[in-house]
Amino acid sequence: MMSRLALQLVFAGTLLSFGGMPVYAQVPETPIDAPTPASNWPKPVKDNRVLNFVTFDELEGRTNGPTTSFRWDGQGWIGTDFNKLWFKSEGTVTNGVTSDGDHEILYDRPIPHMRYFDWQAGARVDLDSGPTRAWAAIGVQGLARYFFNFEPTFYIRDGGRVAGRIQGYYDLYLTQRLILQPQVEMNFYSQADPARKIGTGLSDIDGGVRFGYQFSRKFAPYVGYVYSGVFGQTATFSRQSGEPTGAHQFVFGIWLWH
Amino acid sequence: MPVSRRHFVQGVAAAGLAALVEGKFHQAGAETIAHAPPILTGNHFDLAIEPHHADFTGRRVKAIKINGSLPGPTLKWREGDTVTVAVTNHLPKVTSIHWHGIRVPAEMDGVPGLSFAGIAPGKTFVYRIPVVQNGTYWYHSHSGSQEQIGLIGALVIDPRDHDPIAYDRDYVVLLSDWSDTNPDTLYGNLKKQSDYYNFHKRTASTFINDARSKGLRSTVQNRLKWGRNDMTPTDIADVTSATYMYLMNGNPPDANWAALFNPGERVRLRFINGSTMTIFDVRIPGLPMTVVQSDGNCVQPVTVDELRLGVAETYDVIVQPHEEKAYTIFAQPESRGSYARGTLAPRMGMTAAIPPMDPYPHRTMADMGMGGMANMKGIKMSGMSSDQMPGMKDMEMGGNCNNSAPEMNKDMKMSGMKNDDMSAMSHARMDQPAEPLNDKVAGMAPFPQPGPRTTRLMPPESQMMSHPTQTTEGEVPLHLGPEVVMVAMNTAPRLHDPGDGLNGNGRRVLTYSDLRALYRGVDGRPPSREIILHLTGNMERFIWGFDGQKFSQAEPIHLKLGERVRFVLINDTMMEHPIHLHGLWSELENGSGEFAPYKHTLIVKPAERVTYLVSADSPGRWAFHCHLQYHMEAGMFRTVVVS
Repeated sequence: MMSRLALQLVFAGTLLSFGGMPVYAQVPETPIDAPTPASNWPKPVKDNRVLNFVTFDELEGRTNGPTTSFRWDGQGWIGTDFNKLWFKSEGTVTNGVTSDGDHEILYDRPIPHMRYFDWQAGARVDLDSGPTRAWAAIGVQGLARYFFNFEPTFYIRDGGRVAGRIQGYYDLYLTQRLILQPQVEMNFYSQADPARKIGTGLSDIDGGVRFGYQFSRKFAPYVGYVYSGVFGQTATFSRQSGEPTGAHQFVFGIWLWH
Repeated sequence: MPVSRRHFVQGVAAAGLAALVEGKFHQAGAETIAHAPPILTGNHFDLAIEPHHADFTGRRVKAIKINGSLPGPTLKWREGDTVTVAVTNHLPKVTSIHWHGIRVPAEMDGVPGLSFAGIAPGKTFVYRIPVVQNGTYWYHSHSGSQEQIGLIGALVIDPRDHDPIAYDRDYVVLLSDWSDTNPDTLYGNLKKQSDYYNFHKRTASTFINDARSKGLRSTVQNRLKWGRNDMTPTDIADVTSATYMYLMNGNPPDANWAALFNPGERVRLRFINGSTMTIFDVRIPGLPMTVVQSDGNCVQPVTVDELRLGVAETYDVIVQPHEEKAYTIFAQPESRGSYARGTLAPRMGMTAAIPPMDPYPHRTMADMGMGGMANMKGIKMSGMSSDQMPGMKDMEMGGNCNNSAPEMNKDMKMSGMKNDDMSAMSHARMDQPAEPLNDKVAGMAPFPQPGPRTTRLMPPESQMMSHPTQTTEGEVPLHLGPEVVMVAMNTAPRLHDPGDGLNGNGRRVLTYSDLRALYRGVDGRPPSREIILHLTGNMERFIWGFDGQKFSQAEPIHLKLGERVRFVLINDTMMEHPIHLHGLWSELENGSGEFAPYKHTLIVKPAERVTYLVSADSPGRWAFHCHLQYHMEAGMFRTVVVS
């Protein structure tokens, strides 16, 4: 009704103004309201769409000659700008044995007043060929100054055991498509877990430099060098079981995302 | 008034292109076939929106055509008619057509969710529009990203009275961008990696080049300045030629759309930027262009070599080639990389040299709101800081925007209009008595478009003295966060600045300060209040909004029917945003006083403060948004309620 009235007024104004100069219609009895959207109308813009994302920072073979292993480190999310369900998974398969199997499911949300960082909270499960462990996880992830990607996470499980992991990488563009990517991951534990051959303190570092070419943003094969080593009590456990405490490896793989 | 004015069809048919009626013609000397959208005239139109395929790049991908044409047919209306357009949706999805820049009753505006429910699959919606204006406009879908895949078209409205613009030939030049990538995928790519389409990143090799040319020290310092905020000066456009092909009237550059002339004729080119995400810089090497209209409203002629069209803007220019030779109509996106191109020629099959593209532009400290500051320390941008932005000094200056507008160059540049009919371009007739005007009267019917017979209506003396209230609507404490990565500390009108990439190129480039309306504005009231809106965003997250809020987080902006307000837009981002207000005119305050140009879409440059006056003379729920499609979809949208 209101809108029809408005329409009539527009017509009236239009017709009258043809006379050469604008003439204004009479003040209507009832106030003019904007048409009210019906409940079944769509939103004019959908700025809170649910999207999904999967990326692999490492999907690679690693070899030092005698030993070859396969490693993956990926993450993904489903959600909106402000609410995401975040998944992370990594692990290494060597001779049919999976180690370092770390899988997380987290709720993710931007940190208020921070431009480029999200906080994340959820669960981590160590699921591989060793005994299974479950942790509560809380961390942050985002872009630090100078385009450094930074991802520290803090874990806690029964008995007050805590652990920490720091991951970071930097994409150094050599050209528009050639990328040199230094990357590092470190793990810390408050208490030893001999069944998983983990000691207290800094347990391991996995870091390297990868050199890739972006055929497209979503597909970039790379080669690189990686050092992975265990330290302190963890190194002692490794030595006891006759495993190496450090390895220099050549890696080849693909960066993928969707 | 012996001006020989021919219509498009006549002009083109006279050139031996009768086949154009079918929408196609073969062009001698070119392997590709140049199409031109068909032209429909009258006061009733039937438009069928159909799913189609298009093949611009060798890949057959999904597209939308209107009556079998991409872009859709050019519609010619006549001012004073009441036009009906029956739009039938043959798509499997809801669709819509919005008449960009047309002053329609709100329920005819074509924005699903604000004006109506949209046009459901298989349904027909009849738009009924009393045509109360004239000029060059366009239409497009307002549903999702349908305009990206073809749902656009030109709209030309002949004046009811004598046209003050004299011309012999008349061509629409509708520019658009085309991607083979599905728009939803494209949007997702930007959300997940906002520099997905930027292949002008700073790299080790550009570092070496810069160090060689500018010195190692200053290069390192510059990198650190930008890097500290995770920003880059090469952030020119979100979507570039990495995925876009640029079209002229639906033709890729190789197809070479052509417009014909006889030497000495005045050719009217109606440039329309109907693209999704592309700001175009247009020129015709060797041929000066006299700008005579912008966004459908006549302006006092100004002759330039080049002009920048924000997305959704239109400019009409007159060119008068005297030589029997071909000229290239060259439209390069601000992010360069590729171009749209056509030819203006005396005969079919002629081509002219295609000029080299200009260098890739770079953002400056001025774009970051740092103009005039020695270093970055003055800007508070720490991502870890929870401080609210102190000062916000520009907020307090809102009331004095008239004073801060740059001095207008009053010289009228008429050289390009060698027109014996110049008397027709005289000012609006002032022989009618001005009516006392107040908000109540002003709300009774929309104001007419300024024209030769309109009068500038003045308010009673008492109101002239009133100053806008200093209280502002939309003012919120802005703080850095996920939605706001930057609050420019030093903003100013940059109306004399043609924009990034156009300075110092040796050409005369149109600026907003050159625009001076041909006819006096019709509403002489001063604004009663100001609405200050910051254009904000987080490039990294690809979140865009006003005042740090996306559409879904914000309340509508309310205007009282009949009131006159000043919009103050402050761009706190590093990119241009072409801001479009539906249903109402935006009268740019560029120092032209009562000859302020009427616009429907205004580019706000990085760190710029732009002000314009709006008469809220038409009730309804109107859309107000950035016309960069993916910015709008990422939240840079508001509802403006006039009631």
